[in-house]
Amino acid sequence: MNELLRFIGDGDAIPDKPVPDGLDGKDLLEIYRWLVVLRTFDERAVALQRQGRLGTYALYWGEEATQSGPMYACRDTDWVFPTYRQSSIGALRGVSPATVLAWWRGYGGTHGFYNAREHRVAPICVPIATHLPHAVGLAYAAKLRRDPIAALAWFGEGASSEGDFHEAMNFASVWKVPAVFFCVNNQWAISTPFSKQTATATIVAKAAAYNMPATLVDGFDPIACWKATKDALERARGGGGPTLIEASCYRIGAHGTADDPKLYRDDADAARWRALEPVGRTAGYLTRLGVLDDTKRSAIAEEAKRLIADAVAEMESMDMPGREVLFDYVYARGRPDSFAEGLDELAAVRRPPEVQPLRPQAPPSTGDADAPKGLK
Amino acid sequence: MTTLAGAPSTDTTEMNIVQAVHDTLRDEMRRDDRVLVLGEDVGARGGVFRATHGFLDEFGSERVLDTPLDECLIAGVAIGLALDDMLPVAEMQFADFIFPAFNQIVSEAARIRYRSNGDFEVPMVIRAPWGGGVHGALYHSQSIEAFFAHVPGLKVVVPSTPYDIKGMLIEAIEDRDPVLFLEHKKTYRLIKGEVPAERYTVPLGRAAVRTEGDDVTVVAYGLMHHFCVEAAGRLHGEGIGVEVIDLRSIYPLDMDTVLTSVRKTGKAMIVHEDTKFLGVGGEVAAQIAEEAFDDLDAPVVRVAGPHIPAMPFSPTLEHRYLPDVDRLEVALRKLAEY
Repeated sequence: MNELLRFIGDGDAIPDKPVPDGLDGKDLLEIYRWLVVLRTFDERAVALQRQGRLGTYALYWGEEATQSGPMYACRDTDWVFPTYRQSSIGALRGVSPATVLAWWRGYGGTHGFYNAREHRVAPICVPIATHLPHAVGLAYAAKLRRDPIAALAWFGEGASSEGDFHEAMNFASVWKVPAVFFCVNNQWAISTPFSKQTATATIVAKAAAYNMPATLVDGFDPIACWKATKDALERARGGGGPTLIEASCYRIGAHGTADDPKLYRDDADAARWRALEPVGRTAGYLTRLGVLDDTKRSAIAEEAKRLIADAVAEMESMDMPGREVLFDYVYARGRPDSFAEGLDELAAVRRPPEVQPLRPQAPPSTGDADAPKGLK
Repeated sequence: MTTLAGAPSTDTTEMNIVQAVHDTLRDEMRRDDRVLVLGEDVGARGGVFRATHGFLDEFGSERVLDTPLDECLIAGVAIGLALDDMLPVAEMQFADFIFPAFNQIVSEAARIRYRSNGDFEVPMVIRAPWGGGVHGALYHSQSIEAFFAHVPGLKVVVPSTPYDIKGMLIEAIEDRDPVLFLEHKKTYRLIKGEVPAERYTVPLGRAAVRTEGDDVTVVAYGLMHHFCVEAAGRLHGEGIGVEVIDLRSIYPLDMDTVLTSVRKTGKAMIVHEDTKFLGVGGEVAAQIAEEAFDDLDAPVVRVAGPHIPAMPFSPTLEHRYLPDVDRLEVALRKLAEY
C-alpha cells in the first residue's frame, strides 16, 4: 500500500516509467502547460506582493504537480475543495486568474472573493481541515441523488492533526461517500516538521484506521498525482467509496510571504529538494519521450506569461469596493439591524483619502492647463 | 397555558412541543426531498426525545442519517449538504454537546456567504434541546444562545409554544441562512397548545406579546417566558399589570416590540436562565438604555442564572439556579413598586 507511485525520473538515478494508460501526448502537454501556468501565477504573485501590489500571499512553488495532476483527473462535474495553498486552482477550470489575484489584493468582488460556484470550486478553506466535512457532506448529497460525481479536497499534512480530518475520513468511509482526500505532505506546517506533526511514518498509514484505501505518490510528479487521483475518482463515482492520497513533496519556499524559513530550518535541505521540482522534471520527461521540444516549451512559457500579465492588468483596473458593501452578504435577505447606524458612523468620521495600492500611472491629461507644454 | 391571538380557522390539534417538532419535520420531509435529518440516534432510536420517531421507516436511512458520535462532523456535513442545495436539519442531541461544532458553525456556516461574496450559502438548521429544570445535571441543562447570537451570519431562535415551533421550524428550513433552532427540553412535554393542521410560517425575529399590562414590561424566552406569564397572572390579582414579551428569536432581535412596551410601562425586566454576565439580558438592557432612556421610570432589571460553570445536579441547588415563578413574582412586584 505504501509503495511510492512515481512515473517521472530525474534523467539520472531515478528511472523513468512508461506513461500510464489514459494519457496521450496531448494530455501530457496539457498537464505540463497547467504546471507552467500555475508556476507563472505563483512567481508573479510573489513579485506583486513584494512590490506592495498584493497583500500577504501563500506561495506554492514546487507543489504545482499536486494541483495540475489531480485537476486533470477531474471531470468538470466533480467538485473541488481547495485551501489557500491551492488558491489559483480554479484558473485551471475557467475561474479568471484576475479574480484570484484580486482576492489576494483585497478588492475583487465586494469582499475581494471570487465567484467560483459555477465552476464547482468550493470556497477556499483558511481555518485548516474545516472544509473536509463539507466535501464529505457534498459527496453524500451526490450519493443521495445518485449523481455520479465526486468531491476532491486538498489539505496539508498539518491538517491531518485536526479532528475535522479524522471525522471526515471516518464518516466518508462508513457511508462510502464519493470523496477523495488529497494530502499534500510538504513536510512543514509553517515551522513544525513532519516528525513533530505525527508519529506515523506516512499520512497514508492513517487510512487503515478508517478501512480506507490509500495511495502514496511522488508529489513532484504530476503523472503520479494524476494516476492516483484518476483511479480514486473512478472508484468514488462508481460507488466504491473514498480514498486517501498522500502526495509526498517538500515545501521549497516559505509558508507565506510573511514567513522566513531561515529561522527554523536549513536552507540546504530545500536546495536538495529543489532538484526534484515538477516543472523542470516534467519537461525533461516529456522531452525524453519526444512529446516536448524547445519550441513548444517556449511557446507554452510565453502563453502563460501573457495570460498572467493580462490577469495582472485586469486585477489592477478593478476598483476598491465602496464602504456600503461592508454590510452586504451577511444574510440572504436584508442587511443586519445596525446597517444604517454603522454606515452613518463610517460616514461621520473624517478620514484622509484611503491609501490606494500602486497602479500604473495614468498619462497626464492633455486638457490639463498645468500640464507641461510640448508633451504632444 | 398560552393564549394565542388570532386563532386560526382551520382544524387544530392539541399537542406538546416535541410532538410539534416531530410532526412538522415529518411533514416537511414529505413535502420536499431536499429536507433530511442527521444526528446521533435520530434513526433507529427516533431521537433521544423521540423527535424523529418513525422517520427511519418512512424515509429510509439515507435521509434519516444516524451519524457517528461527532458533533463537529454533524455540523460540517450539514454545511456540505447545504452548499449543494440540500436542506439539512441537524440534531445536536443536547445543546451542551454543541461545542465541538463551534468552529464549524462560527468559522464556516456563519461566514461562507460573506467570504464568498454571496456565491455560496448555507441554508441549514441545527436543532438543539437546551435549558434546565429537568434534573439533567451539568451536561444536559445548559443555555448556549449567547455564544451563537454573538456571531453575525447566524440566526438563533428559541420558540416555546407548539404553534411557534411549527411556524418557525418551517420558516427556519426555508431560510437561506444557518439557523440555530433551540428547543427548551423542559417545555417538550410540559407545554401544550393548539396547532393548526394547515402549513403556516411564523417569521424569525418577531417577538410575541403574551400578556398585556401597563405597569412593567418583562422580556423572556423559553421556559422562563412561561414562568413570567404565570407570575404576571398572580400579580394581576393585585392590580399590577405585567406585559410579558416572548422574544421567540434572539437574533434577529425584535427590539421594536420591546421598546414599544417599555415606552408604555416605563419599567423593564429581562429574564433568562443563562448566566447574567454578557447574556441576552445585557444586550436588551443596553438597547433599551440607548433608545428609551427618557421613558424609563426605574433602572432596568435582570433576573438570570448565577455566574457558576453549570447547572448543579443537586435538586436544591438546581432549584436555586433557575429563576422560578416565586422569585419572578417578587422581582416583578419590587420593580412595579419602584
